[in-house]
Amino acid sequence: MSAAISTSTKFTAKNGYRLSSKTPWGNPAVYFFSLVLVAICVTPVLYIIFGGFRTNSQITNDPAGFPNPWVIDNYVEVIASDIFWGELVNSLIVGISTMIGVVVLGIMVSFVIARYRFRYAPLMYALFSAGLMFPMTVGITPLYLMIRNLGLSNSLAGIILPQIAFGLPQTIIILVPFLQSIPMELEEAALLDGCSRLGFFARMVIPLSMPGVATTGILTFVGSWNSYMLPLFVLSSDSKYTLPLGVQMFSSEHSVDTARVLAFTSLAMLPALICFTIFQKKIVGGLTGAVKG
Amino acid sequence: MTSTSNTNVSVKHRSKRVTDGKVRRNIEIFILSAPAIILFCAFVILPIILGAYYGFYKWKGFGTPSKNGKFVGLQNYVTALSDPNFQAAILHTFEIVVCSLVIQAPLAILFALLLNQKFKGRALIRTLIFVPYVVSEVIVGTGWSLLLQKTGAVNQLLGKIGIEGPDWLADPKIAIWTLLLLISWKYIGFAVILMLAGMQSIPEELYEAARVDGAGFWQMQKSITLPLLAPTLRIWVFLSMIGSLQLFDLVYIIWGQYVSTTAGVSTMATYMVREGRGAGNYGYGSAVALIIFIISLIVALTYQRFVLSRDLDGALTEQKQAKKRAAKRAKEAQRLAEAAQ
Repeated sequence: MSAAISTSTKFTAKNGYRLSSKTPWGNPAVYFFSLVLVAICVTPVLYIIFGGFRTNSQITNDPAGFPNPWVIDNYVEVIASDIFWGELVNSLIVGISTMIGVVVLGIMVSFVIARYRFRYAPLMYALFSAGLMFPMTVGITPLYLMIRNLGLSNSLAGIILPQIAFGLPQTIIILVPFLQSIPMELEEAALLDGCSRLGFFARMVIPLSMPGVATTGILTFVGSWNSYMLPLFVLSSDSKYTLPLGVQMFSSEHSVDTARVLAFTSLAMLPALICFTIFQKKIVGGLTGAVKG
Repeated sequence: MTSTSNTNVSVKHRSKRVTDGKVRRNIEIFILSAPAIILFCAFVILPIILGAYYGFYKWKGFGTPSKNGKFVGLQNYVTALSDPNFQAAILHTFEIVVCSLVIQAPLAILFALLLNQKFKGRALIRTLIFVPYVVSEVIVGTGWSLLLQKTGAVNQLLGKIGIEGPDWLADPKIAIWTLLLLISWKYIGFAVILMLAGMQSIPEELYEAARVDGAGFWQMQKSITLPLLAPTLRIWVFLSMIGSLQLFDLVYIIWGQYVSTTAGVSTMATYMVREGRGAGNYGYGSAVALIIFIISLIVALTYQRFVLSRDLDGALTEQKQAKKRAAKRAKEAQRLAEAAQ
């Protein structure tokens, strides 16, 4: 593990160094194709953001044009509305609770699978990795009935608990190789120094697995932020809606007011985009570790 | 002689400590893993079992199926499998599974190769191509359905260069290709990042050696990158197939539950939601869910059996242990050699 971390940090440090001084400017063809690629990926998103700065008549008369003049009324109206903030808070509550639940439970069980030698460890790993094959879609109807019978329908807890359960497989698959690569010598040294297994877990494993934890945490948060099907089934009153449901409701209620729908939509995607941009390097690093095994 | 008695004593000592430690160890295992296992079984495994049970009933979702519903045996399954709408949905789903792979795999490898070059601004570009993956399906759906309207921005731009754009969303001949385009746009970032991670774990020395031997760029990619990327590619194919089999959000948001059937883009999951929860037939919906489950399971197990088996357990655990063992052996051999000298 420490080896994995040190190589990965060395790797990025080296990259950073190269970027700052030695990185070549590269082939023009590389730039050309990269820019085309970026344009394809980003233009539709920019269309949504710019569309929010236009008026409806601008959008109808010239669908592909730029804002002319720029109008900020749509954004102001959305920001001033309680609906948006209520849904934002709901999404934040669900996203953060899901993330914490998945990370805490995930690292605990990954530690057991990776570091304890017992008969059922492979079975546990198989159980969770089988879960990766069955996203929520397959079980959604009975799952909804179960949530209703538990009295959790139309509550945020009714989304958080299943999301934690469904987030576990991915987390465990990423974290187990991470924890397995912590050298045995480190554990032996800790044990010799009078540290218990749990002490080793708390003092060494958790800090050392931070890159993996960050990766899974962010992926879980973004997944929860974007999740649509479960809230669609579970939530029935507007005040409980998370942002994806809110966006859909808003766009069907204001289907004539395209510009305002676009403003609402772009504000709704902002938090996930920011969160992802900040932590993007960590995610690729963590995935690299996982793929390397 | 003395040494053996010594070890006997220490073994006895240890055996007591070992049993003590074993109890403690088992308690630790239980405390650490029970919450996750309970939650997982309750919300992931149990619903599937319940669904299998509900699937035998004609039931509207109130009370319990045995009291408030009617046992119909396999009737739900027969109805579903002989419904042309469901057959069409299965067909669309498999078209999506296959076409996503065919469209995305070569593009993702090419893009990853491109972004694996060293050039200024690479980090920024890598972040930007991941944007579609991070944006939620609802937002992608809302944005694209505006862009692709008959009188939308895309057709206006096409009109400027003299092409009359089709009705991207409603024309049943075109809608499924539009959907595939959107899926590729949305999910290719994930494939590229996986491939990039795979490429970065290929040792640089291989390329240097090849360069010394006079290999060209494309030759190196063909004989080094592609073969060594195969495990990553195989895992991505698996994830992509499972994702496509469950496809729901994008279709449901852009086309809605009714239009998706007429536009020819309905998937197994949209059919399930429409006929199950939408129509209030929870027994029937559960039966459809179980059919989807079985289809996914067959695809997943077949793939694992014939393609993935060498990667999943192998790459993650055994190979590494084997490597460790080999390293240890090598060290020991070295030590022995030194000692002999």
